[in-house]
Amino acid sequence: MNSVLGIILKRLALGLLTLLIVSLVIFCAVELLPGDFAEAILGQGATPEAVAAIREQLGLDKPLVYRYLSWLGSAATGDFGISFAQLNFLEFGGQGAGNVITVADQIRPRFFNTLFLAAVAAAIAVPLSLAIGILAALFRNSIFDRVANVATLTSISSPEFFVAYILILFLAVLNPILPSLSNIYADMTFIQRLTSTLLPALVLTLVVTAHMMRMTRAAIINLLASPYIEMARLKGLSQTRVIVVHALPNALAPIINVIALNLAYLVTGVVVVEVVFVYPGVGQLFVDSVKIRDIPLVQACCLIFAAAYILLNLLADVMSILSNPRLRHPK
Amino acid sequence: MKGYLIFALFLAAAASTIVFFGGVDALKTTWSYLYWLLIIVAVAAAASWVFRELLRRLMPEVIAKPMRQAPLTAAFGIMIILAYIIISVGAPLIAPYGEAEIFTRINVLPGGDPELGGDPAHLLGTDQIGRDILSRLIYGARNTVGIAFLTTVLSFLIGVTFGFLAATLGGWIDQSLSRGVDVLMAIPQLIFALLLMTIASEWAYRSGISLTWFMILIIAVLDSTRVFRLARAVGLNIVVMDYIEAAKVRGETLSHLIFKEILPNAYSPLLAEFGLRFCFVFLTIASLSFLGVGIQPPLADWGTMVRDLSQFINFAAYDPLTASLPLMAAGAIALLTVAVNFVVDWMLHNSSGLKE
Repeated sequence: MNSVLGIILKRLALGLLTLLIVSLVIFCAVELLPGDFAEAILGQGATPEAVAAIREQLGLDKPLVYRYLSWLGSAATGDFGISFAQLNFLEFGGQGAGNVITVADQIRPRFFNTLFLAAVAAAIAVPLSLAIGILAALFRNSIFDRVANVATLTSISSPEFFVAYILILFLAVLNPILPSLSNIYADMTFIQRLTSTLLPALVLTLVVTAHMMRMTRAAIINLLASPYIEMARLKGLSQTRVIVVHALPNALAPIINVIALNLAYLVTGVVVVEVVFVYPGVGQLFVDSVKIRDIPLVQACCLIFAAAYILLNLLADVMSILSNPRLRHPK
Repeated sequence: MKGYLIFALFLAAAASTIVFFGGVDALKTTWSYLYWLLIIVAVAAAASWVFRELLRRLMPEVIAKPMRQAPLTAAFGIMIILAYIIISVGAPLIAPYGEAEIFTRINVLPGGDPELGGDPAHLLGTDQIGRDILSRLIYGARNTVGIAFLTTVLSFLIGVTFGFLAATLGGWIDQSLSRGVDVLMAIPQLIFALLLMTIASEWAYRSGISLTWFMILIIAVLDSTRVFRLARAVGLNIVVMDYIEAAKVRGETLSHLIFKEILPNAYSPLLAEFGLRFCFVFLTIASLSFLGVGIQPPLADWGTMVRDLSQFINFAAYDPLTASLPLMAAGAIALLTVAVNFVVDWMLHNSSGLKE
């Protein structure tokens, strides 16, 4: 048991290191900006005095390493600074308004919304794709398998927004079952929130299910080809027993891996889908801030998405080590 | 036999879900669309069958031979890819107007019937600033596909060169390149691309160079990490061969080793990967354009068109043709990726010898 713990701790440390390096990359990418932060905030028409003032206010006259460490330190405590839009607002007499809206304040409610969307999508996608994947593997080369194969290949190949507009066409415009725009506000009941979220979640489900189903199918087929399954068949066990007792325990590892990897895939899918449905999540905020070049917001959103991605990949890693003893003894 | 049963059960489940949420009427409308979908699928299948027969009989043996075993999906893929190539090369000849030509009448409805607000001169109508939509769709093939192709080629040049370099030289060069790629791959591609595009747009704004060029470069570099992984893995298998050893002893230069000895032996896995990477790059660029930070106007491109025309979808109940305009642009993207995927699927199936 000790060695398992050791390996997992090692993986966790590696994941933390990756996260640290990624944060460095995200921070340094912004250093590639022409001019610097201060000029970016004020635009090109700014007077040199104003630029110098902002530069001092933001601590831009300090060395790079110092700035990175202080940014990382405050990011770790959830403080991502103030967005350019808010800074500008303050600069032009908004000071009297009293409380300042920080990046963290802007992200927090949206982060919860995005998590909710991803959770609904996962709750539908995981059981569905596992069922279809296992069935396709069992009845492979049958009509069901072929139709599933072509359908999933088509769904993987389509951009998310194509799937989204098709679903809007059928489920919102022609048959007004679900709203085509996700209007989310603070005091909604759970059911209301679910109805608003269902259409974007369905789009994500369709895209992720295709990946997950294909990977599940491949994993199961791979397993069914192994000699011990043939042995079980040869000694005359029933099909159900072969699958439930012999195949499934060993299929668990690849399937768990598949699920975690695809949840990581949701991270990118969520950005486009949120924009299509005007869903008030982090992805939409990210795209909006990219368009107006609001660097602090872009950095914060980027870090959040990257962290989610790394964590899910890490989770996939740890789960597969836990469920597959062979991985505990790397050669 | 069981396969059919499961399939029927699935259809029944889908139908009952629709009835449960939308009532019987919903099932009827859905069915009428499914009916059209079935007809389209049948026509596509028939067309690709004819196309495959033509290739089998009329083409020289080199092409005809593999086509004898090709499944219908592969023939369909090849047919669509050929069609896209013809449209994108011949865009100025096929399109009725230029891609950025602006007409005085804006928002002309599609259909070409003057009584219904159309104009015979603009078969698919004009957009919100008066550009001919049909022409822009056709030019979109040239721009969207062309830019994605250019990006993929660039990404392969970078990825393959560095991948083989890492495989041949090994040591600290291999280590540093591989670790660098690991870091780049730890950030989701679209997210990283969006971050870099923010910075690039500031550069584009100051230097006056179109953002499209920055995007090509950014996507190519980000995507070359995946190519690097494959090229390095393939290269490592080739480097240990005797003929590489012999070439090294002969005193050949590094570039000779990479491009004359390793590359010719790595063509087939790289070619299949090229198809898959192209799809991925194509979809990434389409997504970026859809989000408004990809290919920039005045270039016509499908991702941007979907975004600009997306509001029309709300008129589906009254004017199906108008509503299908954004779907046409999005469908054009999907159709090409589906086609490429079908062909790559077939190629991989052939080369791996997997008949399962």
